[in-house]
Amino acid sequence: MKNREYQQIDPQALATPTPTPPPRPLPEHKPRRARRRWEVFPGKNRFYCDGRMIVARQSGVLPLTLGLILLTSGLFFIFDCPFLVKHLTSCIPAIGGVLFVFVIISLLQTSFTDPGILPRATPEEAADIEKQIDNPTGSSSSYRPPPRTKEVVINQQVVKLKYCFTCKIFRPPRTSHCSLCDNCVERFDHHCPWVGNCVGKRNYRFFYTFIVSLSFLTAFIFGCVTTHLALRSQGGNGLVFALQASPASALELVVCFFSVWSILGLSGFHTYLVATNLTTNEDIKGSWSGKSGNEDVGNPYSYNSIIKNCCSVLCGPMPPSLIDRRGFVPSDDSVQTSPVEIELPAAKNDINMCTQGTKGLLETASRSPLLTSSCPQAKPQAVLEPLPEIVPEPPKTPHKHHSHHRSKAKQSTHHTPKTSNSSPRPHHSHSSRRKDSKNRDPKFSSLR
Amino acid sequence: NTFLPAATVDRLSFHNLQELRHSASLATKVFIQRDYRDGTICKFQTKFPAELDSRIERSLFEETLKTLNCYYAEAEKIGGQSYLEGCLACATAYIIFLCMETRYEMILKKISMYIQEQNEKIYTPRGLLLTDPVERGMRVVSFAKSQDGPAGFGSPSSAHSPARSNQLSP
Repeated sequence: MKNREYQQIDPQALATPTPTPPPRPLPEHKPRRARRRWEVFPGKNRFYCDGRMIVARQSGVLPLTLGLILLTSGLFFIFDCPFLVKHLTSCIPAIGGVLFVFVIISLLQTSFTDPGILPRATPEEAADIEKQIDNPTGSSSSYRPPPRTKEVVINQQVVKLKYCFTCKIFRPPRTSHCSLCDNCVERFDHHCPWVGNCVGKRNYRFFYTFIVSLSFLTAFIFGCVTTHLALRSQGGNGLVFALQASPASALELVVCFFSVWSILGLSGFHTYLVATNLTTNEDIKGSWSGKSGNEDVGNPYSYNSIIKNCCSVLCGPMPPSLIDRRGFVPSDDSVQTSPVEIELPAAKNDINMCTQGTKGLLETASRSPLLTSSCPQAKPQAVLEPLPEIVPEPPKTPHKHHSHHRSKAKQSTHHTPKTSNSSPRPHHSHSSRRKDSKNRDPKFSSLR
Repeated sequence: NTFLPAATVDRLSFHNLQELRHSASLATKVFIQRDYRDGTICKFQTKFPAELDSRIERSLFEETLKTLNCYYAEAEKIGGQSYLEGCLACATAYIIFLCMETRYEMILKKISMYIQEQNEKIYTPRGLLLTDPVERGMRVVSFAKSQDGPAGFGSPSSAHSPARSNQLSP
């Protein structure tokens, strides 16, 4: 049906003199669909929902985090709440419910939001930067030249901007390259394995909300479970009887007891960071604490007012994602060997192009709302200006085993823990990786 | 059905865009880097590059860049409206970010229209094409100099809409 219609429209304008004009001249049986930019993204990230959600390639222990929260909260609502509602007040599950919702939503937003990834430089930009840098040692390609830095004075402080060899840019201030994700992230705080993503400019407020609400939730559950057991063991029954009557409470008690200290400590630490407008990265490196003995060093980004710092970090404007995930890759890039989009013969007739184009359009329209990607023309097709030269690096081993994933405390990878903690978290990271594919949360199909 | 007439129009205007982009990709590029002296806010250097000396007057260039810097400063301003947006977002567990367009995005759209207008009025007649920094990760403002001189880039007027709608969708 489609073929017949196609021939009726314009049989004589076909350039190739084939007797049976195929709708597509290339030997593939189906047209190569237009690829979205997330499919050729060079960093080590994973994308879900056709590029709407982004996580680090190593999801770390995010399934474990989710599982523990869901398990503990579930046990609380099922086993403790009925007793407490009967004996105390029905506000308890209400408060618990609100906290639980906040925790889950902010966790998912932290994990699935672009933390502020900077796209890599186009070849022209990289070449332009190279021209501006003097290389006195001569051009030897066998070794990496010494790290290039640029100095800039911010608020009477000298700040060194380093050159990133992977992304080929001079990193803006407070930007750092995450080796796990292989991306430069703006206002890089740390890479959190518990949420399976970097924490940076765009998702720091979600992360902070997550740890604060989680500390409230764990403290709340801990308090409620203790009250529950105390009430049950009244009247001379004893604690053992109470535990036998409600064994789930024992599990919750253990989990909450060990996690409340670490999470409260982490919340406190990050509250300090927010109040002084610092990042974990800067705090660990001691960038502004004058460790090198220089007394003039101070944080140039701080507003010197706690309230203003808090407001700017947590309530500041939300910048948009700079990486274009859902745009289409132009077909003239060096990655593909044959033209992408819908293959149609190179025709000189405009009308023919339009009519042939509409056929391809109808096909792509069923896939995506964007119409601009499938122009059947012999010339190289550039939907956007050349981002296509970014050649994706071949993915390295997708599941690197990092020893810090097995750490017991949340903050041991990030900073020296304020409190000693040795929560006996089970090591489910192997099995948790298998579950990664099940992590597509249908609720958040369009997170930025 | 509704796609057909729009597709034809898009197709023809898209060819203009293709011409424009194609010649832009062959042109030499001049990059204006970020100015970090005020911190991490988005601001571009207003120093006039020597390569554009023959093509455009210094005052026009500086005017464009200063206006862009103002737009970005307004987007990143921490004031009443941004606090309101931030607090409301926090209270709703940031779900409103999924439903609502943020102030920053609205200003980015304004910037994009401004750049298009500047291109039409000032830069394309002089053989230059200004690209929106948001397409370059906010790192640079890039001017593409056509090799053919002032006639190089043709008419961009109808060409921008398909690419823009592509760019600004979340």
